[in-house]
Amino acid sequence: MPFVQDLRPSPDPAAVIDFSPEASSLAIRGLSLAYGDTPALRDLTLRIPRHRVTAFIGPSGCGKSTLLRVLNRLHDLNDEVVRTGEVKLEGEDIHAPEVDVAELRRRVGMVFQAPNPFPMSIHDNVAFGLRLQGGLSKRKRDDIIEWALRSAALWDEVKDRLRASAWSLSGGQQQRLVIARTLAVGPEVLLLDEPASALDPISTLKIEELIGNLKSHLTLVLVTHNMQQAARVSDYTAFLQDGALVEYGPTDTLFTHPRLRRTENYITGRMA
Amino acid sequence: MRPVSGSRARLPRGEGPGAWLAAGSVALSLLALLALLSLLAVRGLEHFWPAPVALVVLEDGRQLAGERVREVPLPEGTGRERLYRTGNRDLYGTRWEWVAVSAIAEVSHPPDLVVLERRRWGEAIGRLTALESETGERVEGEGAWPALEARLAELTSLRQARDALRDEVILPRVRALEEGGDVDRELATANARLRALQAAMEGGRLTLATADGGRLAVPLEQVLRVRRPNAMSPFDKLVAWGEGVWRFLSEGPRAANTAGGVWPAIFGTVLMVMLMSILVTPFGVLAAIYLNEVAHQGRLTRLVRIAVRNLAGVPSIVYGVFGLGVFVYGIGGTLDEWFFDAALPSPTFGTGGLLWASLTLALLTLPVVIVATEEGLARIPDQQREGALALGATRLEMLSRVVLPMATPAMLTGVILAVARAAGEVAPLMLVGVAKLAPQVPVDGDFPFLHLDRKFMHLGYHIFDAAFHGGDVQAAMPLVYATALLLVLVILVLNLTAIFLRHHLSTRHGALTRR
Repeated sequence: MPFVQDLRPSPDPAAVIDFSPEASSLAIRGLSLAYGDTPALRDLTLRIPRHRVTAFIGPSGCGKSTLLRVLNRLHDLNDEVVRTGEVKLEGEDIHAPEVDVAELRRRVGMVFQAPNPFPMSIHDNVAFGLRLQGGLSKRKRDDIIEWALRSAALWDEVKDRLRASAWSLSGGQQQRLVIARTLAVGPEVLLLDEPASALDPISTLKIEELIGNLKSHLTLVLVTHNMQQAARVSDYTAFLQDGALVEYGPTDTLFTHPRLRRTENYITGRMA
Repeated sequence: MRPVSGSRARLPRGEGPGAWLAAGSVALSLLALLALLSLLAVRGLEHFWPAPVALVVLEDGRQLAGERVREVPLPEGTGRERLYRTGNRDLYGTRWEWVAVSAIAEVSHPPDLVVLERRRWGEAIGRLTALESETGERVEGEGAWPALEARLAELTSLRQARDALRDEVILPRVRALEEGGDVDRELATANARLRALQAAMEGGRLTLATADGGRLAVPLEQVLRVRRPNAMSPFDKLVAWGEGVWRFLSEGPRAANTAGGVWPAIFGTVLMVMLMSILVTPFGVLAAIYLNEVAHQGRLTRLVRIAVRNLAGVPSIVYGVFGLGVFVYGIGGTLDEWFFDAALPSPTFGTGGLLWASLTLALLTLPVVIVATEEGLARIPDQQREGALALGATRLEMLSRVVLPMATPAMLTGVILAVARAAGEVAPLMLVGVAKLAPQVPVDGDFPFLHLDRKFMHLGYHIFDAAFHGGDVQAAMPLVYATALLLVLVILVLNLTAIFLRHHLSTRHGALTRR
């Protein structure tokens, strides 16, 4: 294990890389968040580039998932959450009063750690978001469903049993179904909260391939505990610790030449 | 999520005394249940089997004829005593006779003993001696029995013709007359026909010679059924048994609930339970949704939850008192003042009735439904809710499209428990609307078809009434057993319906329990 002596001790991590506002999809500035009296995020400032995969890594409880939930306002449900700072999606503040939360969540889709298909048929799962929007003919809807399932690389496996229960699928298939369900409503950003942590290696591989394909038209934000996964699929990686951004840079650089000892210790597994 | 059944089989089995103790408890509980059900079934159903009629000659030369009911030892080993159902209450003032076994000289079962079921005075038992028709013709001896059977069949068809004439011709005309129609002549001819039928049914009578030498003349129109049990083949008896059971299920009660059937009570019980389910389900489900999905999970919510669970333990008579005070006198009294002023002082809604009974029982079972639904809601993983929200669903859409469908089996479990509890409750009903006798069921062809203000009969109350308030407890006992069996069966059927519904729903959602 190389011991990197020449790390600069305390740079401003957010300044390491920056994207022009035109190239970034999400811009987070001065974001802090606390659950009651317990702080979870401390003054985060970073931009997330459009049509790239950005990974958040960090020890458990460092605030990665919390950050992800802020991005599509799932925290609105929790009265205890106190938030300051702003998040902009394509230049618009997502917390502005005129923003329709349902519309925002359609633009910023989210896939959770454990596959959570609804207890309906495969078809109805993908149609769920479309039916909420309404206004689509059945034929158009079916077209979108097929497209979404193809995009999620699931179509060939389920095309003959769209009416079967979604719960009859394997874990990996269920997770791809959830991705298809999210894709069907046409998001710009896809948030993935440890999407493969409950899956076997082959299913994990399929999900990773899928992530690589989706970035051609989507901005992806990935939270993962798996260093190799972050290294394999992401373009940029941010390392968080105790709710603060420690280091953010191109994935290759961050994993091969981390600038901070804390980052290095984490990615080489020297920190519990 | 429930565990897969296969995985349970792989768990190590219990060993040693613990397992035996547990298995023993299960066996004991099952045995107790089986014993209960078989007691009800045997005692209840044997009543409809035509029992042989014994002709008993006593040592002192006295004779009596009757069905042997049971035999019990006398105190201090002084022999045994037998109870006979001798009928003929109009002659002896009683229908029962205890006889010391030691005093019996001879018992025989002559095939010509006849059992009559009558509209009044219960059964009559004796030998048929003569049949007199309305024109004064007399048939005696051997020919009397076939003549009687023929005449009774004739009477049955006359009775049917009369009922049909009354229900299909006269009553509609009377209604038309009340509304100002011109049907006087039609009505007059119909009434004339009715009178003719009535006259054809009257007049005939039969004469019985009782075992002790008495004579009993019975007008034929009083006779419901005749049989000669000692002359019946087992198949005849089986048919008679089936008919007896059917009459029990389909007819109204007679003789102060000690004879006849329980159809109004079955109908009242089922209708009341269904109304109760319709009332309790929406309230219970909404309350559970509020407690589990909407309310801030703080100390107050916890307190409310504990209170709801405790409400399930409040004695049912307390609910009865509440229903009487609030529903019957409070709301019902006010309704009467506002809408049924003309009928006062006789109350319309200000007295116990179907609606108030259903509402009281709905209140009684509300905690059960809330608790069961809440437990179902709590079992749904939050990821399901977040998944729906992340797709752009509003809270309402999330609840109605994802959460509620997943909680439906739990809701139905709550309803099943509520039905099981409500169908067996008697105490609160006595305060809010059950009746000793209400042969008219609360649903009929008159607007508004469902009469929520009417009193109704209930199987549970019928049991209580027949067992303790009938004039003749000996006669009522078999009916009490049969009604108790029926009550258990009715609850079973109601529960099975709900269980079937629940099973159907959970399989429709595709193996909710499996991966």
